[in-house]
Amino acid sequence: MGRKLLLEHINVPGINTLEVYRQKGGYRSVEKALKMTPEEIVEEVKKSGLRGRGGAGFPTGMKWSFLAKPEGVPRYLVCNADESEPGTFKDRYLMTYIPHALIEGMIVSSFALGAKTSYIYVRGEMMPQIRILERAIAEAKNAGFLGKNILGTGYDLELYVQPGGGAYICGEETALLESLEGKRGNPRIKPPFPAIAGLYGCPTVVNNVESIAAVVPIINDGGDEYAKIGIGRSTGTKLISASGNLVRPGVYEIELGLPVEEFIYSDEYCGGIANGKRLKATVAGGSSVPVLPANLTLKLANGDPRLMSYESLSEGGFATGTMMGSGGFIAFDEDQCMVRNTWNFSRFYHHESCGQCSPCREGTGWMEKVLHRLEYGHGKMSDIDLLVDVSKKIEGNTICPLGDAAAWPVASAIRHFRDEFEWHVKEPLKSLDTNYGLANYAEPIAKAAITTEN
Amino acid sequence: MSDKVKVTIDGISVEVAPGTSILNAARQIGGDIVPPAMCYYSKLEGSGGKCRTCIVKVSKGSEKDPRPMPKLVASCRTTVMDGMEVQNITSPEVLEARAGVVEILLINHPLDCPVCDQAGECDLQNLGYEHGLQKTRYEFERRTFERIDIGDKIQLHMNRCILCYRCVFTADQITNKRVHGILNRGDHSEISTYIQTAVENDFSGNVIDVCPVGALTDKTFRFKNRVWFTKPIDAHRDCPTCSGKVTLWYKGEDVLRVTARKDIYGEVEEFICNTCRFDKKKTADWMIEHPTHISDASVIASNHYETMKPLPVIQENERLKLANRIELEKTSKF
Repeated sequence: MGRKLLLEHINVPGINTLEVYRQKGGYRSVEKALKMTPEEIVEEVKKSGLRGRGGAGFPTGMKWSFLAKPEGVPRYLVCNADESEPGTFKDRYLMTYIPHALIEGMIVSSFALGAKTSYIYVRGEMMPQIRILERAIAEAKNAGFLGKNILGTGYDLELYVQPGGGAYICGEETALLESLEGKRGNPRIKPPFPAIAGLYGCPTVVNNVESIAAVVPIINDGGDEYAKIGIGRSTGTKLISASGNLVRPGVYEIELGLPVEEFIYSDEYCGGIANGKRLKATVAGGSSVPVLPANLTLKLANGDPRLMSYESLSEGGFATGTMMGSGGFIAFDEDQCMVRNTWNFSRFYHHESCGQCSPCREGTGWMEKVLHRLEYGHGKMSDIDLLVDVSKKIEGNTICPLGDAAAWPVASAIRHFRDEFEWHVKEPLKSLDTNYGLANYAEPIAKAAITTEN
Repeated sequence: MSDKVKVTIDGISVEVAPGTSILNAARQIGGDIVPPAMCYYSKLEGSGGKCRTCIVKVSKGSEKDPRPMPKLVASCRTTVMDGMEVQNITSPEVLEARAGVVEILLINHPLDCPVCDQAGECDLQNLGYEHGLQKTRYEFERRTFERIDIGDKIQLHMNRCILCYRCVFTADQITNKRVHGILNRGDHSEISTYIQTAVENDFSGNVIDVCPVGALTDKTFRFKNRVWFTKPIDAHRDCPTCSGKVTLWYKGEDVLRVTARKDIYGEVEEFICNTCRFDKKKTADWMIEHPTHISDASVIASNHYETMKPLPVIQENERLKLANRIELEKTSKF
């Protein structure tokens, strides 16, 4: 059994209430942290090796140490709870079932950063989670963990839940800040980074829900203890939202470094591919990361086992690797059409592009239209190279990473499943039928897959 | 210690003030190494970074940190560092990416230069000639819009808009009442006056000047003439609202259009008021200064010879030279 730090008490009835949460040791980290200096807390987080769980994987302690501290200027901590990428739903899970874990982390983190006002920016559509958090904040405030003079230490903190604008781009940290300021959620051009000029032009740290919640066990047990879990620079545990053709999709807490094969096939986690099918491909870190065929999902290019860690998943670059991302693990079985899946992702990014910069605004739409044409049997062989070319024109040339997020799934799907795209052109009528026996077509790919049976 | 920082662009070094952008450093050098800019406008705070035409490669970050920047950067929004080395036209990667941006900008922009009112003054037209493809690869239906009258003097045709945001910044920063902005998102974005409310203030006409393409046009000039058939003259008047320094565009003895004066990068030198722009169309309203200098490379320069430059083959032939001079004087506008 892998060690659980965030979801240890997930099955305890009433864990979403302050009373039960306290009985299980909740808010210990606040009591401990408020006796430490902010610098000591930052040091513990640095020692833990915690990396941002929102997708970028940047070391959290280092990010905190970049925060400018000018005199007389407020500093802010903003929790990014705008999770809305296809395949990623672990923050929502955490907020729904253990809201106090996030609030506890927010108090400790705010104290460490010297923030006296903090915000949890939640995607606007997540109204149940917004109500849950507001209720939990009220409970914490009544218990003296928020508001004026917390636990008699003289530290004041106001914590607000802010419903988001209901756009995927509002999860990009600078667009989030714009939205929080009441403006249209367009990403800002960086530099300056939020650590220098963030919310209302003041120094701001933006952290993911899971990153902030992970501060709690780091303070409780110490950064060194946390760093012992995991592998290499991928320390600690990670929430993975598993979906797709799995026997047991859901949110799992894993110790980083777990073999991907074990994550997919063991009974502790996903329990294998549904309906006895074979694995065809995975998206390991949410829809924005490159898709990998089964053989490269389970094994590295050199044959070593692929591990659930930032480094192992990205090994080989985009030719043979992908990214940990936000931990949105999507599995595709042998019957899945990669053209359709790619089009589906592309449709999402086209819809969610903010439209501020030209390559993303126009390029995402162009890719989606070409993919739609391919999927519905009107494509041309030249469309495949056109898609690759357009994705190159977008990648790296946009203000924010949404352009990359739109380009990578398309480029990687063609890189690994080009024959399937060509098949859509050669056999347009068959490709119109969703039940067209792709399993037979995909046989060479499926054979390469390493399953528990072989 | 010097208060200047040294930056090298395409092998040419220049010392500039700290905080200068790469684009403005390149403009201090001038010439072909200046990146094009469709959305950046030096007179508008916060503009730039959106169209991505000015992207360049930073091959050396600075003396302190010589690592190259991992991605191409928008030169209009990236500040120079001491010792920075930048590649613009010397980088095939930049030229390829810029060609890609041009192709993408032209996805929804109709190539109807022969009828467009902006022809001859269009930055996108110039960019298309320099970086564009012979043929578009985009085969889908373009988005189309009805024309919108913004007040009685300005017309917006969203078909041509490339969403550079310049007009939004103009309305936001130099008029006292912003009533238009960007609606929707992605490729559904559009400039709109919300409920098509008229933009009514003294400086609203400047949105026409800042538009790099033909999306916002002057209804008092629209389709009255092609710009290269008109004669630009710098003039001024004693205006209580603005500087009163303008360019008058003559056809014969008639002033067809009044615009703000523009610098070599096509940016207005000083914004002008609507009274100067729309209501003062008589020569008697103005103190005439001199013919506006137009770059030889511009199509507007055609028919406007400031100096006689006979072709080499006739340079030695006095008779031909004289005949040429007589013919030239017949057609010369100034």
